Amino acid sequence: MAVISGGTTLINNGALDSGVATGNLILLSTQTASSSASISFTSGIDSTYDSYIFKFYNIHPSVSSDFDFQVSTNGGSSYGVNITSTWYQSAHNESDTTAAISYEPAEDLAQSTSFQTLNQDMNADNDASNSGYMQLFKPSSTTFIKHFLAANQCMQGTPYSVNSYCGGYVNSASAVNAVQFKMSSGNIDSGTIKMYGVSS
Amino acid sequence: MGLISNGTTIFNNGAMASGFGGSLNFISKQTASSSSTINFTTGIDSTYKEYIFYFVDLHPSNSDNYFEFNMSTDGGSNYNVTKTTTFFRVLRTQTGGTNVFAYLDTDDLAQGTGYQVLSEYGNADAEDSGCGYLHLFNPSSTTFVKHYLSHVHYRRNYTSQSHASAQNFSGGYANTTSAVNAVSFRNRSGTIDSGDIILFGVS
Repeated sequence: MAVISGGTTLINNGALDSGVATGNLILLSTQTASSSASISFTSGIDSTYDSYIFKFYNIHPSVSSDFDFQVSTNGGSSYGVNITSTWYQSAHNESDTTAAISYEPAEDLAQSTSFQTLNQDMNADNDASNSGYMQLFKPSSTTFIKHFLAANQCMQGTPYSVNSYCGGYVNSASAVNAVQFKMSSGNIDSGTIKMYGVSS
Repeated sequence: MGLISNGTTIFNNGAMASGFGGSLNFISKQTASSSSTINFTTGIDSTYKEYIFYFVDLHPSNSDNYFEFNMSTDGGSNYNVTKTTTFFRVLRTQTGGTNVFAYLDTDDLAQGTGYQVLSEYGNADAEDSGCGYLHLFNPSSTTFVKHYLSHVHYRRNYTSQSHASAQNFSGGYANTTSAVNAVSFRNRSGTIDSGDIILFGVS
């Protein structure tokens, strides 16, 4: 059954018509970690949207480690595209003995196919986790490199509150069509990653 | 009554079915009017894993204003959740060529229960205001501490040079495994003369 109002089709064949205003942040998929070695998004990243936002909710590691990502240009067969990036963090410990903002050269990449750190040295205590987001711009472009921006907040170390900011580009003119997240060691014990498309 | 098209439920019980529509869901808006505080005491629960507060043209009554927030685990009876946070800002003066990028340990908290600074030294000229946002992640969790990230821009005074562009960044966690269910915003001195704070949930 279709729903037509004033000559305009609103609903047809079980879907809203593309002309119906629904908001521009569109949930595409949700994955929930359960002692997961990695979480990969291998579908839904294409030319439909100009940018994709991955949101991280309470990513909890099995052991203290970094939360990382990489991208693929072959649908997820391999993850290891050249990235050049910047990385800085603001950190403050609960005991109030250290508070600083710093560029962290150990966490950036220079034409490297390694995984990119989103937050580092995450605490694995029961109440510790990471939340934040990473936006990937125009991954389907076959003209331009692919930019990304990320902001994350976690409990770290002894413990600290750490918010980290990462930006960079995937130095490839091939379309990026898959993204993988994992810990630098151990598993993602629990947590949720949601992928959204931003429509225009 | 439901509305089913080709076997797919589009609307039911007065709401659009899950999977349709956008994911940024308007919850409520409060407009300041010489307000000493603006509190959100409803709508923050387990419905969404993320809440975003947007600050639109918040105009302070006093110059050198600190815009702050706190959280509650008792529905707004008390705003005093223990927090460990960071704060840094980057600014550029309108004239004079000064630029600053610095961490401010006077504006962070280490297991403090006071209000957390979101921006500092906001100017109160008639045309001045602050804008930005605060993300609060999974406030209903009874397992994890509650993380937040904020980014607020104000025009501010800086030393003897009036009028600088200032980005203020803060991140941290409410160090509790109790659910956070209310959030309060205020200016440290004076009031929020005007402006909107808009609460969204991200589904």
